[in-house]
Amino acid sequence: MIGTGHYLFLSLALFLIGVIGVVTRRNVIIILMSIELILNAVNINLVAFARLAGSVEGQVFAIFIITDAAAEAAVGLGIIIAFFRNRETVLADEMDLLKW
Amino acid sequence: MLDRIVFDFFAGIAIVSAILVVTRRNAVHSAIFLITALLATAGIFLQLHAEFLFIVQIILYVGGIMVLFIFVIMLVNLDVALHQLQFRRQWWLGLLLALALGAEATAAISIGRSGLPDSSTAPPASVLDPNTELVGRVLFTGYLLPLEIASVLLLVAMVGAVVMAKRRT
Amino acid sequence: MRPSEYFLAHIWLVPLLPLAASAVMLLFGRKLSNAAVSVFCVGSVFLSMVYGFGAIIQLIARPVGQRVVEFTLFNWIPAGAMHTTSGHLVNFNAQWGFLFDPLTAVMVGVVTGVGFLIHVYSIGYMGHEGGYYRFFGYLNLFMFSMLTLVLANNILLMFVGWEGVGLCSYLLIGFYFLKKSATDAGNKAFIVNRIGDAGFLLGIFLLVGTLGTLNFSEFRGAILAGHFALGDAALTTIALLLFVGATGKSAQIPLYVWLPDAMEGPTPVSALIHAATMVTAGVYMVVRTNAIFAMAPRALEVVAVVGVVTALYAATMGVLQNDIKKVLAYSTISQLGYMFLACGVGAFSAGIFHLMTHAFFKGLLFLGAGSVIHAIGGEQDMQKMGALSGKIRTTYLTMAAGTLAIAGIPPLAGFFSKDQILAQAFRTNHTLWLIGWLTAGMTAFYMFRLLFLTFKGTSRVPPEIEHHIHESPASMTVPLVILALLSVVGGWIGIGGRFENFLEPVIHPRAVEVYTAVPNGAAGETPEALLMIASVAVALAGIGLAWFLYIKRTELPEKIAAGFGWMYRLVFNKYYVDQIYDAMFVNRAKDLGLTLGAFDRTFIDGLGVDGVGWVTRVTSVISIYWDKWIIDGSVNLVANVARVLSIPVRWLQTGRVSSYAGFIVLGVLLFLGFYLHAAGYTLASLRH
Repeated sequence: MIGTGHYLFLSLALFLIGVIGVVTRRNVIIILMSIELILNAVNINLVAFARLAGSVEGQVFAIFIITDAAAEAAVGLGIIIAFFRNRETVLADEMDLLKW
Repeated sequence: MLDRIVFDFFAGIAIVSAILVVTRRNAVHSAIFLITALLATAGIFLQLHAEFLFIVQIILYVGGIMVLFIFVIMLVNLDVALHQLQFRRQWWLGLLLALALGAEATAAISIGRSGLPDSSTAPPASVLDPNTELVGRVLFTGYLLPLEIASVLLLVAMVGAVVMAKRRT
Repeated sequence: MRPSEYFLAHIWLVPLLPLAASAVMLLFGRKLSNAAVSVFCVGSVFLSMVYGFGAIIQLIARPVGQRVVEFTLFNWIPAGAMHTTSGHLVNFNAQWGFLFDPLTAVMVGVVTGVGFLIHVYSIGYMGHEGGYYRFFGYLNLFMFSMLTLVLANNILLMFVGWEGVGLCSYLLIGFYFLKKSATDAGNKAFIVNRIGDAGFLLGIFLLVGTLGTLNFSEFRGAILAGHFALGDAALTTIALLLFVGATGKSAQIPLYVWLPDAMEGPTPVSALIHAATMVTAGVYMVVRTNAIFAMAPRALEVVAVVGVVTALYAATMGVLQNDIKKVLAYSTISQLGYMFLACGVGAFSAGIFHLMTHAFFKGLLFLGAGSVIHAIGGEQDMQKMGALSGKIRTTYLTMAAGTLAIAGIPPLAGFFSKDQILAQAFRTNHTLWLIGWLTAGMTAFYMFRLLFLTFKGTSRVPPEIEHHIHESPASMTVPLVILALLSVVGGWIGIGGRFENFLEPVIHPRAVEVYTAVPNGAAGETPEALLMIASVAVALAGIGLAWFLYIKRTELPEKIAAGFGWMYRLVFNKYYVDQIYDAMFVNRAKDLGLTLGAFDRTFIDGLGVDGVGWVTRVTSVISIYWDKWIIDGSVNLVANVARVLSIPVRWLQTGRVSSYAGFIVLGVLLFLGFYLHAAGYTLASLRH
């Protein structure tokens, strides 16, 4: 039988993979995609608990997260395009203008 | 039984796709695999009796956000990035951190797992039916303010993105 | 005081008016014209004279027993209780107070009267000199000091006046301060005076200690009350110490050496200060304190002997001098000796009488000499004068009157006063009389020598000057005439003993007794008449000898001088006293000064001033290093600590988002760990 725990572990796994992607990859678009993964993992978590508690509110929260993810993806990609125009690079390692 | 199979199926696709997202050299490949991961997630939602979210996930996430991603990938010069180093030099540090976090979270889940119900002891799924209607009701009564704020947020994001990406002429 | 005693009530104006004028001169005088200066200064002395004479007249108007006015201007030194040497407890205080009695009256009359005439004379004499305002300023300051001296009611205030006149003498002798000889003479006068003043001060201290008071009336009262025996040792010592002061101020042996040199000053100064007034301060002081002297016969003996020896000694030097003013200077010393002789034999009032007549004729003689010098364009050597009697008649006639007076020819003033002194000297000691009598003859001789050399005989004036010989202006001749008249009639006031009667209240009874007593053995009046004839005879002899040597046989003086050889040179060089003093005292003092100067340079300047400078430099170097290394160092230390601490922290700011994300994860990790720990789960309990 599937308990809530399975869903939690699944969510954790996706979350960790997303974290690895954010911290490890150099290509900034990939980093953004990893962030989407993280958000998705959170969504799974929320919906699992919604099912557990028998309340819809978890799903409502998940809707908001999706909304937020959309907004953030749009702005973030806009920034990437602006930066690319100036510096011709998408590698996070080379975006170090705030270095000491 | 059926639950189990369905769950394993979608979970497996999701994890495998996720791993592939973070390891591909070609950004387009990563995008494609992200799409599959999101679709698998949608399936999970369906299994959890969240039909509205299932649709929203597919339409919005996959149909909106991922399309945007692919557009931007195309705009950004891909060929150059293909030949460069993909992973940071201290990738092992990130891996280490993630594993440590995983260990901790696993420990946390293991502790509390016994208190959580499985499919037999959970409240009947009919509580969440009709899903869309319930979601709409809750959204427009209790969570009206966050809804409005979220819409303002979307407006701001839209304006911001347009301004940001506009070519200065 | 009654309303008709206005002048007596305002006696304090007499010294203060000249002081005010002097202050104005010395503050603003440079900007005033000569005419304004004259008005201020001569005017102030004129007013003083008016008030002075008014006070004299009002004093005489009082009955004999009440002729004392004492007046305190302010309480000067209210020092408080002190013990005398005999153990009495007295209240010591010194006041700025004035005493006006017959003695003061005579002195005030002489000082203001002769002083005024000399001020008028100075208008003409100093009219073309530079520093006109300075001259009158100093002269008025002198008048203030001298009047304070004579008007003082206590010996300390008298000493203030004493010092004041000494200061003015210094200032006026050195008036032509660009001449080294003048400034040297001023220094000499002041320093020699100071030596006398040391004695004076010791006398004052002893007086206060013995008698317990400084006030003249009070200690005269104490002595009259009989607290002290005749010949008391303390009183004798006081008298001798006071007399030391008098020898300094009045140029007696051994402190006379400054007076001849003082002739460097302008002639009016010589007339006023060194003939008529300042040098007589010593005589006045002795007469003022006659109570002490009268009770100390030994001291009186010393005074008489010093006086008469000085008189003879100075006369011998006056005989051979060629500078007209120097002759008059030695003559002054000699006449002062007469005055002290008078005091020494108890004839205090005769001494004052001679002081008064001497002021008249000596003042006249000096002013006349000044007129002669003015006429022949500044020459003072008599060997370059001669046959001036026709050209400057007024000067000649007035000087002739003065010369007759000083020689003691009746009925002029000098005869009366000198005769009284010699008479009293005869009664006391024949030797004293003999020396005095011989000196009178020498006086007549050298004074007529002066007259003949200057005005008679053949002219030895250089031709280019002869054309310019002219009589002096009226401002100079009028005082000469007035003084000549006084020289003639001034003695008549003493006829019949009126003068000593006037002064009697001031003199100690014992002295009065001695003076008026008829000596036993000899008949009263006869010796007096004989003495008078003897005095006149010796005077005429002197005049005759002078005429013989300087009119009849003018070639003789040189031959006689050559004949006497070394004796002549000895006297001509004033017995080499100046050189002796130099070798004995002056050079010692100079050596001391140089030694102290060297001490000052090495120790005070070297260690003290330079030392302080060196210490300051060292401390400043130390403080530089302190500031640089420690103060700045600590500030730099703080900055460096911040810098060093920030180096590792800097590495965190990579500017790369991935690193920041990693840190976020790390934070989450730690937070979760903390949360678990707080909930009580350790690593061990997770193993289940």
